[in-house]
Amino acid sequence: MASYEYRHFPYIEPPELGGAASKRRPVIVVGAGPVGLTAAIDLALHDVPVLVLDESDLVSVGSRAICWAKRTLEIWDRLGVAERMLAKGVTWNLGRVYHRDQELYNFNLAPEGGHKMPAFINLQQYYVEEFLVARASELANRIELRWKNKVTGISSRADGVELEVETPGGCYRLEADWVIAADGGRSPLRGMLGLPFPGETFEERFLIADVHMQADFPNERWFWFEPTFHQGESALLHRQPDDIFRLDFQLGPSADPELERRPERVLPRIRAVVGETPFELEWSSVYAFRCARMERFVHGRVIFAGDSAHLVSPFGARGGNGGIQDADNLCWKLASVVKGEARASLLDSYDEERGRGADENILNSTRTTNFMTPKSATERLFRDNILALAREFPFARSLVNAGRLSKPCSLEALSLQSADDPELGGAMVPGAPAADAPVADESGRTGWLLEHLGGDFTLLVLADTPAEMPDRSALARLEPSPRLCAVSRNGPHDCKSPMLSDPEGLVRARYGGPGAVYLVRPDQHVAARFRGFDAAAIQRALLRASGNAA
Amino acid sequence: MNASEKIRHQDGFAGKGDDFYEALLAAHEGLDEKQSAALNARLVLLLANHIGSVPVLREALALARAGVRSGEKGSDAGSGTASKNQNKQT
Repeated sequence: MASYEYRHFPYIEPPELGGAASKRRPVIVVGAGPVGLTAAIDLALHDVPVLVLDESDLVSVGSRAICWAKRTLEIWDRLGVAERMLAKGVTWNLGRVYHRDQELYNFNLAPEGGHKMPAFINLQQYYVEEFLVARASELANRIELRWKNKVTGISSRADGVELEVETPGGCYRLEADWVIAADGGRSPLRGMLGLPFPGETFEERFLIADVHMQADFPNERWFWFEPTFHQGESALLHRQPDDIFRLDFQLGPSADPELERRPERVLPRIRAVVGETPFELEWSSVYAFRCARMERFVHGRVIFAGDSAHLVSPFGARGGNGGIQDADNLCWKLASVVKGEARASLLDSYDEERGRGADENILNSTRTTNFMTPKSATERLFRDNILALAREFPFARSLVNAGRLSKPCSLEALSLQSADDPELGGAMVPGAPAADAPVADESGRTGWLLEHLGGDFTLLVLADTPAEMPDRSALARLEPSPRLCAVSRNGPHDCKSPMLSDPEGLVRARYGGPGAVYLVRPDQHVAARFRGFDAAAIQRALLRASGNAA
Repeated sequence: MNASEKIRHQDGFAGKGDDFYEALLAAHEGLDEKQSAALNARLVLLLANHIGSVPVLREALALARAGVRSGEKGSDAGSGTASKNQNKQT
């Protein structure tokens, strides 16, 4: 672990141990991993005080999750933490797929310009957690982090949750209105509550190794089927910051994890890939994986998010990115419930929407795994012939499955979204995550559309003339009151409202109009859209999307 | 079906290739090799009839046969076992 210096976060004796009365907390987050910390920051920005408990006092030991997708970066940008991730991370857009030593094809995950965030960055989980902790510390008036505070007991009642917490200084109890269980794939809370975690365990073993070396591999994802340098089905290479490379070797179902972990087994495998380049092994692990999900993520006052709720294989980077979308989806809803602005039934939509996300992630990662590990002679026959055809025939490339990389889940046609107006066309249907585009403010300063969406409900109005602007008194009567984000193709025309311009025409290209009105949720998903400002229809959509429909 | 006289090389699955592949493997689930071969034969006949255009089918047959016969790298596909190239590459 030479390249990263671990610092212990301070253990501070909880006041409850000194006899202080324990005040009931609105929300306690259990687990200070990427999902728990993201949730805490999001809740704090919605003015909800949060207590975070973590049994350790370190960031992630080992790089673990490394690929962070565009949607995750957009969420972190809303939370004010994306810039430091981007500054440190390795940005990549291109993936190459090889069969033996021949490139079959490559794919660009960012085919169009005009987005603030790249398709992916690679960044070790320990940096992600370090930056999230730093961001949480900036919000210390809302977020309290308690390290070396391990939850050892939980009782969930109709109106709240009681936790038993163990620390180096003794044990104490806490009460909360709501608990977010972001305590990882082996979730102790899930176990204590006796909740099942059904799924499928895959027999295939993989060796994962992080290697420090000076090498000129480009910033790309390289995937090999039947690599010539490795006696196995597949291998994967990724560049991380600090000259760290992630290598992933498929070892087969009969590999002995104890044996394969030994340096005398690991080092020759790496040597075969990197050749004469000097390297140091930073971290390695032999793993098998499960795909699993809880049937429901909300259990009374305990809400599961991230790996505690659902597990996927690593191919596709759908674990960490799925978990960040959980936090994004949950926190504005939970904040509304905590503040009494929405009924608790709004949280059912978290189950519905992120259940779809989990199913999509499990489906895709299971298919990738099945392609990588043919289970019968027939499966191998098809797989090998697809690879044989793929160099020449584009259709066969679309069947090659070397990982379907994380994309934001569409929430189309789910409960909170209003029916679409088919006249509008384009990709920004209700449920879609709002697409970014370059914009400029009245002073000509350039920025991005997504910087103006999210946090609250927002009405995005494409108004090229004053006639397309919403009626001000009707706008003021909407409940809950949305923020207005007006974009004009040709620059400001309504001096009474702040207005963005669309210097490259990409807002228009992506959202249509003129005159179109989009209701965008606090998590930047489109809830509804209209051909013009129809106050009654917008009011109905707002009530529905905010969990206040009759 | 569009009876185009040239076989399609581009992706015709409209983003649903993984759905097709999953269904294909599911259809073979639990069959022995002989049964799987029979399934494949019936599938070829059903799809050939659906396509209907004999020129297109002749082209498909020729393309499929060419790869299998030419001994090109990777054409051990179909042997039922993966052969592993022993060369170390650096």
